[in-house]
Amino acid sequence: MRDLKAVGKKFVHVMYPKKSSALLRDWDLWGPLVLCVSLALMLQGGSADSKDDGGPQFAEVFVIIWFGAVVITLNSKLLGGTISFFQSLCVLGYCVMPLTVAMLVCRLVLLAGAGTVSFIIRLIVVGAMFGWSTLASTAFLADSQPPNRKALVVYPIFLFYFVISWMILTFTPQ
Amino acid sequence: MPAAPRPPSYPAPAHPGQRGGAGTGTMAAPGAAGGGRSGAPAAEWGGFEDNMQGGGSAVIDMENMDDTSGSSFEDMGEMHQRMKEEEEEEEAEGEAGAGEEEDGEFLGMKGLRGQLGRQVADQMWQVGKRQASRAFSLYANIDILRPYFDVEPVQVRARLLESMIPVKMINFPQKIAGELYGPLMLVFTLVAILLHGMKTSDTIIREGTLMGTAIGTCFGYWLGVSSFMYFLAYLCNAQITMVQMLSLLGYGLFGHCITLFVTYNIHFHSLFYIFWLVVGGLSTLRMVAVLVSRTVGHTQRLILCGTLAALHMLFLLYLHFAYHKVVEGILDTLEGPNMPPFQRVARDIPVVSNAVLNTTAKAIALTL
Repeated sequence: MRDLKAVGKKFVHVMYPKKSSALLRDWDLWGPLVLCVSLALMLQGGSADSKDDGGPQFAEVFVIIWFGAVVITLNSKLLGGTISFFQSLCVLGYCVMPLTVAMLVCRLVLLAGAGTVSFIIRLIVVGAMFGWSTLASTAFLADSQPPNRKALVVYPIFLFYFVISWMILTFTPQ
Repeated sequence: MPAAPRPPSYPAPAHPGQRGGAGTGTMAAPGAAGGGRSGAPAAEWGGFEDNMQGGGSAVIDMENMDDTSGSSFEDMGEMHQRMKEEEEEEEAEGEAGAGEEEDGEFLGMKGLRGQLGRQVADQMWQVGKRQASRAFSLYANIDILRPYFDVEPVQVRARLLESMIPVKMINFPQKIAGELYGPLMLVFTLVAILLHGMKTSDTIIREGTLMGTAIGTCFGYWLGVSSFMYFLAYLCNAQITMVQMLSLLGYGLFGHCITLFVTYNIHFHSLFYIFWLVVGGLSTLRMVAVLVSRTVGHTQRLILCGTLAALHMLFLLYLHFAYHKVVEGILDTLEGPNMPPFQRVARDIPVVSNAVLNTTAKAIALTL
């Protein structure tokens, strides 16, 4: 129960990103795991080739999210960051939440039809969530860097969420 | 290192400070430094000095003499570890001694052997643990890479722009910055652009394997060609280190990123060829000029620069056409049966989309 409440509190922090140390201090990887698994499950079955089963796609999404998060963490540590390895993983994982919401919305929109209008709606939604994710994680991670190097840390985060957003946007169910 | 004749009043583990003190005057400076360094923990260790004399210390002494690690920092760490272990051994011996006495009364020789066996096992464990932690702190230390990431955003931007400007002075060895942040970010950007290029037409063919292929291609090119060029440079006596080679090639990918970003969105073959020649050529010229400035001899220069230019330009060509065919396949399936039948020649794109994109490109050109 205590763990659930901690996880819930962190989700709220991601939704309203203010600089608080609660997310950083007690890191946990439950939230990122749940988000990653749900995102990977929702991204399954999006191939034009019906011969493909959902296996490789789930693994790919999973690997990309965790590998990308590890690379960003290493990068921020090498640039002289004061944040620890798992804290950074925790923040990056929790900030995938807006994109998971975007994925849900995209799936619902695609139920209605896959035309130009739906594409524009999805583009706007995914774009907004991508911006939110990047801003949220920047609010937590950039503070741990020396002030003149924030851009160097923000860019890989931007790339990471861009790749995930692209996977979400170009998802078409079969 | 002083051998067996060691005055018994000194503590057995060869404490750098005291070693320096015991030795000649030439050791005085490092000895003093070692003494200064050990000043803080000396208070903790001071208590052991009395216990180290006598029979037990001789064994530990030999162990210390076998160790010839160069770095004094390692020595300090080791000394600390050894002190801790000796403290534990002392305790173990003390307990074992008491246990032995008790066991001896009841079990005689068997009790003694059990205790000894446990002690030996403990010692083996400690030695193994010490070696493992030493190896880990040496090799898995992320701080090895830290100096290569010590850059400012302004520097990165300047280097990105410089990578497109060929240098004119080739008689003087040009400086190459050995940093890895820029190249690494450029490789990841190239991966992202490749993914974007594969999905521009809003259809995914095989998401998983395309992602793996993109990452594998880009990293394979960067690391593989860098290693190959470093090997060639070694053969041709060029003055360049591996990190500099990685950095040079990585920044050369900036031209690739720009070209692919533009031509994946505007499928215009002549546009691609222009970009290939101009942008690819500029970055190749820069890399070639830097390498030439660092090599002596005409044949060597020719070999190095020819190989680099060929690999660089061919990679851009490969990236465009290998993934372009994938896009063609998608466009094919999208347009459906309404299209007039056309020849499926490799690298011909359908007439309608060509016209649409050409008009788009012309409109953009007119507005600019």
